[in-house]
Amino acid sequence: MAHAEGGSAARPRPTSPHIQIYSPMINMMMSIIHRITGAALYFGSLLLAIWLIAAAMGPDAFDQVNVLFGSLLGKIVLVGYTWALLHHMLGGIRHFIWDTGRGMEIKTADMLCWVSIILSIALTTVIWLVATGVIGGAA
Amino acid sequence: MNMRTPLKNVRSLGSAKEGADHFWKQRLSAVANVFLGIWLVWLIASLAGSDHAAFKQALGNPLIAIGLLLLVLSGTFHMRLGMQTIIEDYISSEGRKIVLLMLNTFFAIAVGLATTFAILKLSFGS
Repeated sequence: MAHAEGGSAARPRPTSPHIQIYSPMINMMMSIIHRITGAALYFGSLLLAIWLIAAAMGPDAFDQVNVLFGSLLGKIVLVGYTWALLHHMLGGIRHFIWDTGRGMEIKTADMLCWVSIILSIALTTVIWLVATGVIGGAA
Repeated sequence: MNMRTPLKNVRSLGSAKEGADHFWKQRLSAVANVFLGIWLVWLIASLAGSDHAAFKQALGNPLIAIGLLLLVLSGTFHMRLGMQTIIEDYISSEGRKIVLLMLNTFFAIAVGLATTFAILKLSFGS
């Protein structure tokens, strides 16, 4: 800093390594996915809004939206929404644990990350198998 | 020409006076969302496939309507805070950032209010 005078071009400041420098790690991936699912849920809130607004508009609009949601594309989006909701929820619970200062050891932190990804996929599968009547017999 | 270092400029301004406010609100609404979110999954599973009359009847139950209203409040509040963080992290242009932060608030309020209106209309039944 003492040599800043004299009109020499400013040297580029050192930068800290960013994500592209690291090989993927589970806690890093879960952190990124937590943010992505959060953003997806942000726009996914429109799904709930559309469903409720259509119902408020009347039977015709409600039926049209239900047909849309019941189509193959609609179902894929809803399965994705279910998974995003559960994954973000489990990620949030993981953050609650970390907020207390617990589970910060690398082994435990990684284990919690694996639990959230595995549990979110398992729960999504169970919910949709129940919803489609494969398990349990609900229509 | 400003001869001050960036640090000096920041020092003269002091802190943003917000402290952990954003963090706390994020966690507070997150706690509410855990319970309301689990309840929502159950509600949608039990309402999926029902016709309009049955749907309206379910929403006529004050407990279900109130639960949905709480979820909408907590959910839109939480998602606005989350998107605010994403915008502040990735958008460095000051003008674009402010516009997006405004749109973020507009979106959250629009979704929240429209959904609230729909719930009330269905619940009061007209």
